[in-house]
Amino acid sequence: MKKLNYFLAALLGLSITYASAQTKKGSVLIKNATVLTVTKGTLENSDVLVQDGIIKQVGQNISAPNGVETIDATGKYLMPGIIDAHSHVALDVVNEATSPIVAEVRMRDMVNPFEVGLYRALAGGVTISHAMHGSANVVGGQNVTLKHRWGSEDPADIIMQDAPRTIKFALGENPTRVHGRGRGIQPRTRMGVEAILRNGFNEALQYKKAWEDYNAAASQKGNTKTAPEYDERLQTLADILDGKIIIHCHSYRADEIYMLINVARDFGITKLVFQHTNEGFKVAPEIAEYTMGASVFADWWAYKMEVYYSTAFNAAILTKNGAITSINSDSAELIRHLYHEAAKTQRYGGMNDDEALAMITMNPAKQLGISDKVGSIEVGKQADLVIFEGHPLSVYAVPQKTFVDGVKYFDIEKDTDDQRLRVSATEMVEPIFLTEEDHRCMQDVELNFSDISKTLFNTNY
Amino acid sequence: MKRMTKAFFAFLMAFLPFMAMAQIDGEFVKPRTGKFLLQNATVVTITKGTLNNASVLIENGKIVQVGTGISADGAEVFDCTGMFIYPGMIDSGTRLGLVEVSSVAETVDYAEVGNVSPNMQALTAVNPNSEEIPVTRVSGVTTALTVPSGGLFPGTAALINLVGYTPDQMYAGFKAVVMNFPSSARRGRFDRRSDDDIKKDNEKALKEANELWEKATSYQSLKSAGAELEYYPEMDQLAKVISGELPMLIEVNAAGDIKNALKWIEGKDAKFIFSGVAEGWRVADEIAKAGIPVLAGPVQELPTRESDRYDAAYSNPGKMAKAGVKVAIRTDEEENVRNLPFHAAFAAAYGMGKEEAWKAVTINPAEIFGLADSYGSIEAGKIANLIVSTDDPFETKAQIMHVFINGYRIPMSNRHIRLYQEFLDRSPGLKAN
Repeated sequence: MKKLNYFLAALLGLSITYASAQTKKGSVLIKNATVLTVTKGTLENSDVLVQDGIIKQVGQNISAPNGVETIDATGKYLMPGIIDAHSHVALDVVNEATSPIVAEVRMRDMVNPFEVGLYRALAGGVTISHAMHGSANVVGGQNVTLKHRWGSEDPADIIMQDAPRTIKFALGENPTRVHGRGRGIQPRTRMGVEAILRNGFNEALQYKKAWEDYNAAASQKGNTKTAPEYDERLQTLADILDGKIIIHCHSYRADEIYMLINVARDFGITKLVFQHTNEGFKVAPEIAEYTMGASVFADWWAYKMEVYYSTAFNAAILTKNGAITSINSDSAELIRHLYHEAAKTQRYGGMNDDEALAMITMNPAKQLGISDKVGSIEVGKQADLVIFEGHPLSVYAVPQKTFVDGVKYFDIEKDTDDQRLRVSATEMVEPIFLTEEDHRCMQDVELNFSDISKTLFNTNY
Repeated sequence: MKRMTKAFFAFLMAFLPFMAMAQIDGEFVKPRTGKFLLQNATVVTITKGTLNNASVLIENGKIVQVGTGISADGAEVFDCTGMFIYPGMIDSGTRLGLVEVSSVAETVDYAEVGNVSPNMQALTAVNPNSEEIPVTRVSGVTTALTVPSGGLFPGTAALINLVGYTPDQMYAGFKAVVMNFPSSARRGRFDRRSDDDIKKDNEKALKEANELWEKATSYQSLKSAGAELEYYPEMDQLAKVISGELPMLIEVNAAGDIKNALKWIEGKDAKFIFSGVAEGWRVADEIAKAGIPVLAGPVQELPTRESDRYDAAYSNPGKMAKAGVKVAIRTDEEENVRNLPFHAAFAAAYGMGKEEAWKAVTINPAEIFGLADSYGSIEAGKIANLIVSTDDPFETKAQIMHVFINGYRIPMSNRHIRLYQEFLDRSPGLKAN
């Protein structure tokens, strides 16, 4: 009896903890909008009802339940919250560059909810970003998927807790420069990159087997076997082999993309997304057949050798070949107009509206493993929504209001100048940045460059 | 036998061109000039209103006639029914032609060694065969100011048309000596100087600028008096600003620096243009009062300060224009100069309005560069730089159908397009057979 009381008390405590850890959820009725559902076409003059953070009803003549705010969106467009599949927003540190494999480090430990970039992304209609480890390593750290719940001081509040684990891989110039040329260790070439991957996964297989053998023996009576040494790095690689983690791989050239496809196939890995993927168009049929697609820039090229042979038609070629394709930012600036970046696939390759919008909503949701929760306007999904003045694929579109879980975090009418949550007391004057280092793929990597090459290499994405 | 061999070789030589042709597939499309009539379009002249169902006649590199009822006699006719004709866009600040791959030092030619090198000529380093040029011009950007960067006086910028096989063929008739005004902004996250150190660095740089200006003034007065001067190319170039031969392009961004720059040019008898001007909106009235034109941008850029409203950079050109500043827009880019229409469109959407934004990429830069008689609008007598588009060319999904630069019909192709053509439906596909 006493035991039961303790148990109940513990249960009560747990449930209070759980309840208090719940993030803010809102209710709202948005009326008379042109609703761009992405998956179910465009609905003119329609309403969307949100209750407790979930889309409850989509249709016409919906009336607001008691106490639910109504927003008139006549003449405006409503679309799902934009999802950026490649970002470094709100991360204190981006690269742990010390080894070609650093699978054990986790970006969820580095989340900085004070970064004003989160608010600025909301002002561009972005509700979810995939905050990634940098590209200094062949196998980088584990990424974190963020929901832009601006205003919370608790990092846990802006992490999308129900998103699956993902990990950063990187091929080509960056890992070979940092390790091969910078430190004189493998990999210095794209051959070395493959070796690092195959060696890593084979070691992980042995590690896995050692634990399986131990666990099998442990259930036997009179077992004397001791447990293998726990290794977070190898365990993470083993989790990849077991399909528990989605790989997001920084890649540019067709040869390295094709190499990773072959490695993945040899090890039975199917959860694989390519990032940047500038030459993805050259191996589009292979990407379509064997992977979860590619997340690309709309039009970036020529900033380094491995993107010199790029085309702005990349996303269109990938899409028409059947690959899941998303448009990402990898930039504190671009993240603010991904709707415009997606529209570039209409200029370069004639994508239709739904195809273009899917590239910043449903497709990145699929690649992050969250398409059952977000990415379209459908009953039952989380209410991440944006109201636009003008069609979001028009260059003149201006985001008006952005909601995460039905809570409004950006409203152009209530936007005040200074949106910082915290001001540093130690800085006398606020620094002025002209070319903010938007691109942080190679942040925190110390290299012995001369001053001139520092200038030349300050665009290391 | 000898004769036989000779005859055989003669036969072979005669056959060679034919054999060569037989081994090459396809044909390269070159820019071509001629007499062109662009018929039945909506012509947005910028300076003389918008004309419906109008035509534009191009001959000898110039716009010959604009209006209705133009004879097609002897002209190649382009049916532009349902389409729009705009002047070619001018990007007022780029590194186009000066860099091919920005991370590969061997291809970077915009930053020379040294703090005082105004005699470095951007035009010299323009690579007419850069892959970036055809990529840029099919977007409707026909003309670009290409600007060296680096030290206090890094060199001389040049305006180029995006057609031609030598820098001189590309040169569009405007140069300016560049000055990087001492900046209180940080160079990046790695810039850990204290505010005091930045101030000291700037005071030192400004002192140097003042000394150089004085020196150039003496140099110019000696030169104009016919004195025999030692070879001093740096001073010779700076003196051209003092003589009025060349304007000075002052790169200045932070509000305090703009104020200082305005103070610095006070009483100096020369032509000044400001570029960058990221925080121009904070001091727009003062810039307007001084009558200094600005080459503003990039527009698609982050605010300079964390406390700024998110749209500070988007709304900057509009705020300055409203205050009465003459504004041209630049991308400050190299391979992404093709995005100029989108920078202008963002300025339009965030307060500038479409009409002003169009001026900022056409007639305003033409006026600022002293070239309004030949560039920046669709008028008879001007250089034939124009674009034909399915839609407002700022609009993202608009397709640019034809581009004319210097009267040349530009091939609507580049490496990006050729790769699309090759790889859209790759052969072999997934399986080899």
